[in-house]
Amino acid sequence: MTDISKSKYKNYKADRSKYPKMENGKAVIDLDSHKFTKIWQGPQHPGVTGNMSVELIINGDEIMKAKTHVGYLHRGFEKLLERRSYIQGFTIVCRICVPEPDTNEYCYSAAVEELAGIEIPEKAQWLRTLNLEMSRIGSFLMWIGGQASALGLGAIGQWTIGMRDFWLDLFEEMTGGRVYHMYMIPGGVRKNLPAGFKEKTRDLILKTRKLLYNVEETFFNNAIVKSRLKGLGIITPEIVDEYGIVGPNARASGKEYDVRMNNPYLKYGELDIKMLTSTVGDAYARAELRYQEMHQSLDLISQILGKIPETGEIQTKLPNVLHWKIPAGQTYMKAESTRGEHGFYMVSDGTKYPRRVFLRGASYTHAISVLEKLAVNISISDLAALMVSLHTCPPEIER
Amino acid sequence: MNLKDILSPFSVWKRAVKKPWTIKEPINDRPGAENYRGFHKNDFDKCIGCGSCEEICQNNAIDLVPVEGQETKDGDSGLRPKIDYGRCCWCALCVDVCPTGSLTMSNEYTWVTDDPEEYRFIPGADETKWQEEKKGYKRSEDIQLINYDRAEMLEFEPKDRDKSFIEIIKGYNKEQAMAEADRCLECGICTATCPAHMDIPAYIAAIRDDDIENAFRILYETNPLPEICGRICTHNCETACALQNQGEPLAIRWLKRYIADQISPERYKEVLGTEHLADPILNKKVAIIGAGPAGLSAAYYLAILGYKIKIFEALPDAGGMTRYGIPEYRLPYDKIEEDIDYIKALGVEIQFNTKIGKDVSLDELHNDYDAVFAGTGLHLGRSTKIPGVDNKRVYFATDLLREVSLGNEIDVAETIIVIGGGNVAMDITRTLARLQNQKYGKVQIITTSLESEDIMPADREEVVGAREEKAIINPGWGPKEIEIKNGKIKGLHVVKCTSVFDNEGRFNPKFDQNQKKFFAGEMVVESIGQGMDLSYLSEDIKSSLKLGPRGRVQVNENFQSDLKWLFVGGDIIQGPDVIHGIANGHVAAKAIDDYISKNM
Repeated sequence: MTDISKSKYKNYKADRSKYPKMENGKAVIDLDSHKFTKIWQGPQHPGVTGNMSVELIINGDEIMKAKTHVGYLHRGFEKLLERRSYIQGFTIVCRICVPEPDTNEYCYSAAVEELAGIEIPEKAQWLRTLNLEMSRIGSFLMWIGGQASALGLGAIGQWTIGMRDFWLDLFEEMTGGRVYHMYMIPGGVRKNLPAGFKEKTRDLILKTRKLLYNVEETFFNNAIVKSRLKGLGIITPEIVDEYGIVGPNARASGKEYDVRMNNPYLKYGELDIKMLTSTVGDAYARAELRYQEMHQSLDLISQILGKIPETGEIQTKLPNVLHWKIPAGQTYMKAESTRGEHGFYMVSDGTKYPRRVFLRGASYTHAISVLEKLAVNISISDLAALMVSLHTCPPEIER
Repeated sequence: MNLKDILSPFSVWKRAVKKPWTIKEPINDRPGAENYRGFHKNDFDKCIGCGSCEEICQNNAIDLVPVEGQETKDGDSGLRPKIDYGRCCWCALCVDVCPTGSLTMSNEYTWVTDDPEEYRFIPGADETKWQEEKKGYKRSEDIQLINYDRAEMLEFEPKDRDKSFIEIIKGYNKEQAMAEADRCLECGICTATCPAHMDIPAYIAAIRDDDIENAFRILYETNPLPEICGRICTHNCETACALQNQGEPLAIRWLKRYIADQISPERYKEVLGTEHLADPILNKKVAIIGAGPAGLSAAYYLAILGYKIKIFEALPDAGGMTRYGIPEYRLPYDKIEEDIDYIKALGVEIQFNTKIGKDVSLDELHNDYDAVFAGTGLHLGRSTKIPGVDNKRVYFATDLLREVSLGNEIDVAETIIVIGGGNVAMDITRTLARLQNQKYGKVQIITTSLESEDIMPADREEVVGAREEKAIINPGWGPKEIEIKNGKIKGLHVVKCTSVFDNEGRFNPKFDQNQKKFFAGEMVVESIGQGMDLSYLSEDIKSSLKLGPRGRVQVNENFQSDLKWLFVGGDIIQGPDVIHGIANGHVAAKAIDDYISKNM
C-alpha cells in the first residue's frame, strides 16, 4: 500500500489562475454570468447509488459546488416501526438496505433483546455472526460492481453481481429468502443450518476468491483505474473525526475504528480478526481496503464455519409475541456494516410498540456532508466513481 | 504507470471462453430451496380459523373469511385466511405463529396470471399448483413465537391430601397467572365455545394488565358464580383453545379462579358497582325453584334488573349440585358461599328446606309470582339394573355425595366397587377413598367403566388424581352381576366391553362374553348417569307442557316452556354441567324480563 506522503495527488490544487474569480479562497459563482452550468446528477442516473441526486454547479467539466438532495426513497421506516409490534418490526427493518439487510436485522433484534433483557443462545450468536459476514461479502460484491461500472468496466460488475447471486443462493437455503432474509428474529435466529450448508459455503468461498483474483488483475492492476481513482476524493485524517466518517472510508485514512474489533459483538471477539487500514485516503486506497476486507470476510466465514456448535438452541424462549410489552428504557446497538458503524437507537415506553426507533447509517454523513465537500474541484466524469468509492446507500439517509 | 497495469486488464478475455453462470430456465433448472418462503398453503383439516395469522401480519394482508364447506363448530371458527399478495411481504410470521401448524409455504418462485384478482386468494380453498408441494417454509421446531407450555399449578401431594377434604389445587399466584395469561392468543374461539360466551380474552388481557377489578367485572357480565366456575367448570373453552393443537391449552379455568380469589367478598359490591341495588326497583316478583347454578344465575341477572326474587330450595343449603354433587376437595363450601352471599346481598331471598310440589305447589307460585324459573337439577341416580342391585349395600353416587355434603356419616366398607367412568364416578371414588383412609388407614376401591381408558368421559386429571390416591381404575368392563351370599355382597362380575358406541355414535355396547373378571368388594356404588325429579309438575301442568326425549320439558331458545310463565333451565335441559346452567339462567333471565315487561 502506498504512503500518502508519496502520493503525487497529495498537494493537488485546482488551477484558479484563469477562472473563476476567487474571493477568500472560494470561487465566486454567478449563474447569470453564463460561465456556470447547473445540472442534476440523479435521481435517475446509473452512477448514483440508489435514488438520490446531486445538484451540481459546474464550470467546464469541473464541479464548483455540489448539493445532495434526498427524498426520492423515503419509505418512513422509523415511523412505521412506531406502529408495529416488536415482532412485526423485525420484518420491516431488512428493507432499509437491499444489498445488506442483515445488519439492520441484527441491530434491531439486538436492541429489542437489550431492552427486554434477553440473552440469545450460543449457537444463535454464531449463526448471526455467520449471517452478518455473509451479508458483508454480498454487499462488497455489489459495491465493487458499482465501482468498476462507474469507470466503464461493466464486465467486472457482471461477474461480481453474478457471484453475489451465488451468495444469495446460500442465503436462500439458510434463511428462506434471497434478498430479505428476515432471519435474525428477536430472541435468536429462525432456522438451523440446512444439511450440507457448510460444504457449499466453503466451495463458494474458493470460487469467490478465484473471482477476486480476476478482479485484482483487471481492476486493481489497471492503468485506467489507477489514473482515475488515485488522488480522487482524498479524505484526510483531520476530517475523519470532524465529519464523523466511519467504516472503510475512515480506515483508508488511517483511523483505526471497526466496531467488530473496538466493541466486539456477537462472536467477533472469538475470531482471529485484524484491523485493516491505509493512510492514503483516496478512492483507490478505499477500493483496495475494501478488497482486502472482502478477503478478510471470506476468511472470517471459514473461521465461523469451523466454530459453529453442531447442537444447541437457536432461540431464547420469548413471551407471547402477539402482546409482547418491553420494559421502558432506551438503548443504542451498533454493528459494522460494509459502510461503517450502523446502529439502532430504540426507546421503549413499556407498551407493545416502540416509542422511537432511530437508525444511524454511515451514509448520512458520507453522502451529504462528505460528498459535498469532496466533489468540489473534481471532474464531473469522476463524480460517479467518487460516490461509489464512499459506498453510500441512500435508504440509510432517509429512513 | 507500469507495463503490468496496461497488460493485466486484458485478462478479462479469459472469461470469454468460459461457460456462463446464467441458466436458461432458472425456474425449471433450479427449484426454490427446501426452506424457501414461496406461496402460502393451508391445510384445512388442521386450520381452526383462529386468526393468529391475521393478528401478526404487519401488512394487514390477511383477512379471515367464510369458506364454503367449512362450518363453524366448537374449536373452529369456520373462517379461513385470505391473503392479499398485493400487501404480503413474505415474512412468514403467519407461518411461525400458526398454533395448529396448518399454514405453511411452498418453495414456488413464480406465479403468473393475467387476472390481478387471483392474487387475493384463500390458500387451501382456491386451487393452486403448489398446494401439494412438500417443500417450502415451515415453522422450525426450534423456535416458538407463542408459548405452548402451561404455567405450573401447585397442588397438594397425594400423601398430604388423601385423608382429608382439603382443596387439592392451590391456585395461581400473581407471577404464575401473569405468565399463563401471557400465552393467550386472543382468538376468541373459547368465547364462541363457552355456553355462557364469557369474554375470556378480555378478562385474560385484564390479568396481563394487572387490572383484576376490571377482570372481575368482565366475569360478572356473563357469569355470577366465578368462584365456583373457576374451580369446577367443565371448561369447554380449554378443549377448544387454539393452543391445544400443538401444546397445552390455556388454563382458562384457573385464571378465572385467580381473578375471583383476588377480590375479597366484602369488596364485591364496591368493585361491581351494585351498592344501590338492594331494593328492587320494579314491583315484580319472580320465583325460582332450586338454588343451583341455573337458579342463582337467573336470580342474579333478574335482581340487577330490579326484580324481587325468591328462590325455593329443597335442601338446607344453596349451590345445588355444586354443593351436593361435588366433593369439598374440589370446591370448598366457603367458596360457594362467597358467590351466593353476594347474590343474596343484592336482595335475593332463599327459602331453604322447601320442596316444591310437597311444601308449596307450583300453582301457588304461579299465582303469587309474575314468572317462575325451574332449575331443579339431576339429583337422582341411574341404575345398571343388573342382578343384585336391589341389595342395601348398593348405592347411587349422587346419594352418597349428598350425604357427605350434608355431614351425615356413611357406612364405608373396607372394599368398594364403583361402576362408572365419568367425573361423578371419580368424585365418589376419591371421596370414598378419603373416607376409607380415615376409617381403615388404607384404600381398597376399584372403579370400572364400560368405556376404555382412552374414551372415558372423566377428565384426565381426575383419573390421574384418583390413581395417585391409590384407587384402582380399571376401565373397559361391563357389569354383569353382583354376587351376593347370605345377603352380603361378595363382588362384581364383569365382562370385557369391546365397544360402547355403534358406527352412528349411538350408545350400543358390545361385549366379549369370554373375557370375564371378578372384582371383590362389599359395597357397590353406581355412577352411570343422573336422572331428574320432576314430581313438582302436577298432572294438570304436565298436560299443558310438551315433554321431549327422556322426559325433558321442551323449551324454546329462551328456555320458556309452553306455559308462558314457566321457564326451565340447567341440568334438566342442557349439560349436565355448571356453565350450561349459568348460561341458561342468564338467557332465561333476559327472557323473563322480556316476558314480564310485555305483560305489564
